[in-house]
Amino acid sequence: MKVHEYQARQLLADAGVPVPKSQVVESVDAAIKAYSEIGGQAVVKAQVFAGGRGKAGFVKLVNSADEARKAADFMLKNRMVSPQTGAAGIAVKKLLIAAAVDIESEYYAAVVLDRAKRVPVVMVSREGGVEIEVVAHRNPDAIIKRWLHPTLGLLDFQCNQLVAALGFTDKEQMKSADAIIRGLVDVFYKYDCSLAEINPLVRTKSGQVMAIDAKMNFDDNAIFRHKVLQEMFDPTEENPMELRAKEHNLSYIALDGNIGCLVNGAGLAMATMDIIKLHGGEPANFLDVGGSVTKDGAIEAFRIILSDNKVRGILVNIFGGIAKCDTIAEALIAAAKEIGFKVPVVVRLEGTNVDRARQLLKEAALPVLIPAADLTDAAKKVCAKVA
Amino acid sequence: MSILVNRDTKVICQGITGKAGAFHVTQCLAYGTKMVGGVSPGKGGSKSEHGLPVFNTCHDAVKQTGAGVSMIFVPAAFAADAAMEAADAGCSLVVLITEGIPTLDMVKAREFLDEKQTMLIGPNCPGIITPGECKIGIMPGYIHKQRQPGTKTVGIISRSGTLTYEAVWQCSSHGLAQSTCIGIGGDPVKGLNFIELLERFEKDPETDAIVMIGEIGGSDEEGAAAFIKKSVRKPVVAFIAGQTAPPGKRMGHAGAIISGGEGTAASKIAALKEAGVTVCDSPAKIGESIAALVAR
Repeated sequence: MKVHEYQARQLLADAGVPVPKSQVVESVDAAIKAYSEIGGQAVVKAQVFAGGRGKAGFVKLVNSADEARKAADFMLKNRMVSPQTGAAGIAVKKLLIAAAVDIESEYYAAVVLDRAKRVPVVMVSREGGVEIEVVAHRNPDAIIKRWLHPTLGLLDFQCNQLVAALGFTDKEQMKSADAIIRGLVDVFYKYDCSLAEINPLVRTKSGQVMAIDAKMNFDDNAIFRHKVLQEMFDPTEENPMELRAKEHNLSYIALDGNIGCLVNGAGLAMATMDIIKLHGGEPANFLDVGGSVTKDGAIEAFRIILSDNKVRGILVNIFGGIAKCDTIAEALIAAAKEIGFKVPVVVRLEGTNVDRARQLLKEAALPVLIPAADLTDAAKKVCAKVA
Repeated sequence: MSILVNRDTKVICQGITGKAGAFHVTQCLAYGTKMVGGVSPGKGGSKSEHGLPVFNTCHDAVKQTGAGVSMIFVPAAFAADAAMEAADAGCSLVVLITEGIPTLDMVKAREFLDEKQTMLIGPNCPGIITPGECKIGIMPGYIHKQRQPGTKTVGIISRSGTLTYEAVWQCSSHGLAQSTCIGIGGDPVKGLNFIELLERFEKDPETDAIVMIGEIGGSDEEGAAAFIKKSVRKPVVAFIAGQTAPPGKRMGHAGAIISGGEGTAASKIAALKEAGVTVCDSPAKIGESIAALVAR
């Protein structure tokens, strides 16, 4: 799960990280009022997950209430279109109005899980303001890392080393950097983050050290224990089909191709996409129905696949383990009756209760249904059908 | 022979009275696994529906039954603690089936288990099976093939569940038996990984070849490739799932995500090929590839 920039700022500010004064508004009037309270130079930023805001004109520096009004009016009335939003663009509902700061230098700080070492790692760099992957590629030595003890967390000496690595020597600035690193680590643990990143962390011309922009990802497996995050969840930023799938315990990800996939198991679902591509097709989705799938869940899965009007054919690939082949066969027959398939459905079944499943499908004699002998056969058949 | 578990392995189940736990204990018993008891706090002293003794704590269960392995079906919020309890009770191996455990819980649990020198399989995994001897997990038993004199035998290590069944099925269909099959799980922080298991299969005199199934996310496969190059002489066949997965999207498994340029299938495949591993481009070719290698 992700949160908006203003929410990430709030979490950081609550943890003692200095951030510029700001307000979140949902109307032009509120934007004008917020500007007048902040004063001077301010920045108006659209609160959406998609990147490319600056180039799309949805981040603007303003110097007067009138400029603030114009910027807010533009952002709230127009859809933002960027390479990340697609041609239709997205509506903007919330704006962040923050005091602009005169940046002297930009830094980077983040906490992320190091999968290989199996502990979180704090990373800081004097090269902030650019994506950290770029820095890692160009000058890996510019990133200083300290791994956190699995149960003790950040130790004082590590924090001192990280502050020193950022190059601050002024006492007040060191104190701010210390608070920022500790606050970031606290937020990471407190909210089960998979990433907590401040980029850029800045030193202003007047010598203040503060966080300007933040990005946070949270462990989906841990959301259940964080009421604050549940309240921050913004369903309008999610793909509606993916949300609908989640409600039915299905794991669905929309893709660009035209072959719908219904598979049990995440690994097999990825492998099914791979074999479709290998035989010249393009998958329309990733869909794992899971082990404990019911007939109703599987019918919903078919509905979701078919609601994507790019879909020209479907590949059902089930290796029955806990999930039973006959459950899927029953769902397939019921879906054919309830929804109706207008596209060919290639079915490959193996594993638990496969004989009963094959019998059921044979008796149902669905004209759209094309049985496949194995995985390769299935991929070839579905690719030939949509070609 | 086999690795980690065999016909003498005594197993308890934490969460034996839950729906999933009870169902899979039935399946494991039917396969022949020595299930000797279960744990369900508050239900100690009773018998499970299988007639097995139920204990309030893992410590009681281990003491009374002499079990060395625990199979865990406890809900995600409590599963990491259950794994630590099993380790503290003296289990040498914990098989953690539960899906959806918070990653930071596993960071702590893994540290605790390491201190106790308890091995962990999972979480979010199908478990481990030595065909014909011991099944600890949720895989369908009948697709596996037990070693017979004269047959070639493969060991299988996989981050996936059903894709493992696919590989097992293909091997069995090509007349290859399996020494042991382990699903190591799809989470970012887990227990036994490719390297530890490759090492065991390399040493196992009755494993002729190894199948490893990886997927996008992390760099475990790259680590495995370096290990294979240095220390594995047996033939290895690999498949990496997610070659067509878009970056930044979590593909079902918590650990299956390409982020920050790390974890691509291309990087894993290149590393494995460089280490002399036969990497299948198709998930349907795992069985025939390994059969061709062991026939040489």
